Amino acid sequence: MILSDILYETYSAVTVNKARSGLTVLGIVIGIASVIAMISIGQGAQNSIQSSIQSIGSNLIMVTPGAQRGTLISSGRGSSQTLTSADADAIGKDVPNVAAVAGVASRRFQVTSPGKNTNTQVVGTTPAYLSARNVEVDNGSFFTDPQVRSMDKVAVIGPTTATDLFGDGAVPLGQTVRINKINFRVIGITKSKGGTGFTNSDDVIYVPLTTAMHFLTGSDYVNEIDVQAVDTTSLADVQQSVTDLLLQRHKISNPQLADFSTLNQADIIATATSVTGTFTILLAAIAGISLLVGGIGIMNMMLTIVTERTREIGLRKAIGATERDISLQFLAESVLLTFLGGAIGILLGWLIAFTVSKIFGTPAAVSLFSVGLAFGVSSGIGIVFGYYPAQRAAKLNPIEALRYE
Amino acid sequence: MIEIKDITKTYVTGDVETPVLRGISFTIKDGEFVAIMGPSGSGKSTLMHILGALDTATSGVYFFDGKNISDLSQNELAEIRRNKIGFVFQAFNLLPRATVYRNVMLPLIYAETPLHLRDELVKKALDAANMPEDRWHHRSNQISGGQMQRVAIARALVNNPSLILADEPTGNLDTKTGEIVMGALQELNEKQGHTIVLITHEKNVAEHADRIIHIRDGLILEDGENGNKKIIRRHSQQ
Repeated sequence: MILSDILYETYSAVTVNKARSGLTVLGIVIGIASVIAMISIGQGAQNSIQSSIQSIGSNLIMVTPGAQRGTLISSGRGSSQTLTSADADAIGKDVPNVAAVAGVASRRFQVTSPGKNTNTQVVGTTPAYLSARNVEVDNGSFFTDPQVRSMDKVAVIGPTTATDLFGDGAVPLGQTVRINKINFRVIGITKSKGGTGFTNSDDVIYVPLTTAMHFLTGSDYVNEIDVQAVDTTSLADVQQSVTDLLLQRHKISNPQLADFSTLNQADIIATATSVTGTFTILLAAIAGISLLVGGIGIMNMMLTIVTERTREIGLRKAIGATERDISLQFLAESVLLTFLGGAIGILLGWLIAFTVSKIFGTPAAVSLFSVGLAFGVSSGIGIVFGYYPAQRAAKLNPIEALRYE
Repeated sequence: MIEIKDITKTYVTGDVETPVLRGISFTIKDGEFVAIMGPSGSGKSTLMHILGALDTATSGVYFFDGKNISDLSQNELAEIRRNKIGFVFQAFNLLPRATVYRNVMLPLIYAETPLHLRDELVKKALDAANMPEDRWHHRSNQISGGQMQRVAIARALVNNPSLILADEPTGNLDTKTGEIVMGALQELNEKQGHTIVLITHEKNVAEHADRIIHIRDGLILEDGENGNKKIIRRHSQQ
């Protein structure tokens, strides 16, 4: 049989009973659609989490104070005051492959502007923070190292804070904000990073680290040191060097008793990816079960069709169809049904993913891979579940088939 | 054309052996119109299946166009059927939802006849079977029984087979339409020289042929010229 004949015969066979073909296809449609939707939503969640982690900074290692253990009383993790700006300076000076180091002293304060006030995170840091945390200034400028050294009372505010304090679309350069009863002059507004995820990085006020320590937190300790490695490959090495250096500076010989902890951005991404990946697989597996049920539906229908068309098969054999011709024809029929189901399913799945992302705001990513997979799987189901019925048809004895009532 | 020698066929069900054909030999020459006649249970259907390469004999040899086809596999038999034999069945066996035209084309798709040759072959076969042209694109369940059988004849002809096997072709038709179908077969035999083997249990149907082979209980009872052949004149374009 040549291809165009197979296609014509298959098309006319499938369209004979449109309602039944449609219902059978529906099983595959639901299966494929749910697989596509689940994978897309999972993938979308993964991308969203990854990009929100990435927006924190690039090649970042975060050093935070830990609880001092080994003594009788252990305070909570992150609560102790063990990291100083001297530690930050030492890291910048002694650890190779470091692109930027920024000490951070931050705390929430009630901030007021003429007529308005808000409660926000005030971050005391150095200009290195810009590169370590991927912060960009939209209007005005960030404070400089000399301004840090001279404890200038200047502030760079996030766009959300600017809106909260000065109203929509205001550019409050040169205006004054009061933090902890001290006036700060606004010299810059940062570019929006898109406040997704767990914290809104647009609702923040940056002030020079020295100013923050002297006037706001009142201590020499920092909450965090952000270290940026020059590239991804040196990330682990830098993390190790930072750990070694700080252990040495804090005179701790047992790394288990370190009074600080380091967090490597790549590790966070890897963990988040593996978590969302597991979820995606779980969802896809559940959807896959419905695909399997759809496949069994195809097989059931094909078996019915073979029985119904026994006489026709007998005739086709009598006029010279080989076993291969017959089995090919039935296989083509089931593959056409599943292929059709696959195509509609992909569209439907995409639609579901799109709707879900619109309603819940989680981005969904329909990847070419999942579409290819769905097509492959649906055609594969056609072959697997169509094979047995096709073989049954091919092996029919033409004489008995012609006599079949 | 056809030469069979000592053909036997025995069906085995469990331990019970049922001999259906018990040694049949005859020769059919090119261009002959032969009726194989016998009551039900005589073995004529089994013989038809063997002649039509749908089944193989338990013993004996079968030469078709000079080739021994006694021991061929199913797929080799399919090839013989595809290229050399046209079937006309009692129940017509048309694809009900396909058009007349498509039904006639069906053997060509298994013979993998090139697409550009098909139209001419189909039209020629429909004309030869005396099928009115205004019915060619009707669905085959929308035409009369006599027309259905003529479509079946056209389908049998389309591959230009060496042998046309007609199994009770008038069995589902009334006498008048039956006569018309027999007339069509006679015409194919006389004007186009097709070899036709007709299987029937009715004497008056068998009498349309030139030669009648009587079968009873799996043996040939009588084989000879048909003395009083009924000749059907074609009714002007039915």
